[in-house]
Amino acid sequence: MSAPSRTLATDILEATGINPATCYQCGKCSAGCPMASESDLRPHNVMRLVVQDRREAALSEQSIWLCLTCETCSARCPNACDPARVIDAVREMSIEAEVADMPRNVAAFHRAFLEQIRTNGRLHEMGMVMEYKLRSGDLMKDVINAPGMLSRGKLSFRAERIEGVAEIKRIFEKCGVTP
Amino acid sequence: MTDVAYYPGCSLHGTSREFDESLRAVAAELGIGLTEIADWSCCGASSGHTTDHLLGVALPARNLALAEAQGFDTVLAPCAACYNRLSAARLAIATEDGLAEQMPDILGHPFANSVDVHNAVELLRDASVTIEEKVAATLAPNPLEGVKLAAYYGCLLVRPFEVCGYDDPEQPTSMDEVIDACGADDVDWDMKVECCGGAFSVSRTASVLRLGRAIIDNARSHGAEAIIVACPLCHSNLDLRQKAMAQRGEEPMPILFVTQMVGLALGLAPVDLGLGRHFVDTEPLIARLVQQAAKRVAAEKLAKEEAAAKAAARAEKQKVGVAAGTSGAEGGEAQ
Repeated sequence: MSAPSRTLATDILEATGINPATCYQCGKCSAGCPMASESDLRPHNVMRLVVQDRREAALSEQSIWLCLTCETCSARCPNACDPARVIDAVREMSIEAEVADMPRNVAAFHRAFLEQIRTNGRLHEMGMVMEYKLRSGDLMKDVINAPGMLSRGKLSFRAERIEGVAEIKRIFEKCGVTP
Repeated sequence: MTDVAYYPGCSLHGTSREFDESLRAVAAELGIGLTEIADWSCCGASSGHTTDHLLGVALPARNLALAEAQGFDTVLAPCAACYNRLSAARLAIATEDGLAEQMPDILGHPFANSVDVHNAVELLRDASVTIEEKVAATLAPNPLEGVKLAAYYGCLLVRPFEVCGYDDPEQPTSMDEVIDACGADDVDWDMKVECCGGAFSVSRTASVLRLGRAIIDNARSHGAEAIIVACPLCHSNLDLRQKAMAQRGEEPMPILFVTQMVGLALGLAPVDLGLGRHFVDTEPLIARLVQQAAKRVAAEKLAKEEAAAKAAARAEKQKVGVAAGTSGAEGGEAQ
């Protein structure tokens, strides 16, 4: 008898300790999902793709990037399948396999956010917005009502930079992440 | 009381500085010492853990390690997102194979994962008896007495339960307890733990408007005069974005941080609680509540005076009756 082959489900089990095969498709996760109405595939559909070992379809699915990580699905799963963690793992594999169909805006936001942290140690909101605009191409969109924020003392032109920036760079390197 | 390590996080130094201001003001009133963790860094928020699991653990862990090295056993993370990431990192390092061993190398520091993480609602709930006493001892009339407020927890304060665990993930009550301690009336409503759209504020604003409108409509239909939050993301999604989600003719719904609410009940000045920094003007609400409270106190005083006058008149009558020997009490005693 040959050794059992690797499947998407076993890869996820290995990475997260969660066995997606225990999902019995009750749909409770999707019933509570705040993004269900905007997503082609809802949480229980993604769980199904994983169990069916449809790796390519799962990893290149745009819906996984519409997850807000609100964890409602995992809180309500009657069989502790933790769809939020499974979807998190699918996203990671999707980036690794370079097949991520991340909406440009969402990708730009995450990258802009992480780039701020890597260079300053803290998020500089003004810098992040500039970076986001460049990366997303949304140059003219007033994404956060900057004048209103400024007049309320909520935005600053100067970034706060921590002393241990080198430690943050080390963390990114050790985790193999380049924004 | 020893100080707790205070992890403000990026939002409380930026777009939600009123959360920081009101927390510091209220903590000082309640005798809780806060020491900011020296050289703290960003927890990575959603962007960290949706990009890489290990990064999502290591970025918050750096701050737990700093607090530990600086001699603390408890970290206060008022921002719900930071609280969640710090708690999730603590749990992951304690339970996932190999993470604890990897951390010192990734962080470049020794790390024993010995620090507890608390959020601001937890802190205030645990201080609710003190809050009640202080509110009762405040000279100015309490503007929040009997005011209907909706406690909005959102996601990150209560989910996942294994990470947060300080309150029920579906029917939490901690913030309602703080509302009650302030003399206000917690509203029973349906959207306590629904998501506001979180990190999509910038990248998918339309989703945030859809979710935020549902939350505000539900609070309003259950009679809430304001929504109380403990998360900078919830606050900006409901406050900053409210103009875009308002339907015709609706009154704006003020969104207050839980610490601002406690500060108002304790008689602190709105300006010291950063209440002027919101997009939905809080001034009309506060002016109305202060006026209501003054009226109520005046009415109570008048009622008390009237009752005292009535009692005096009754006593006077009785005295006259006793003198005349026709009092019922007198007759009763005689039998």
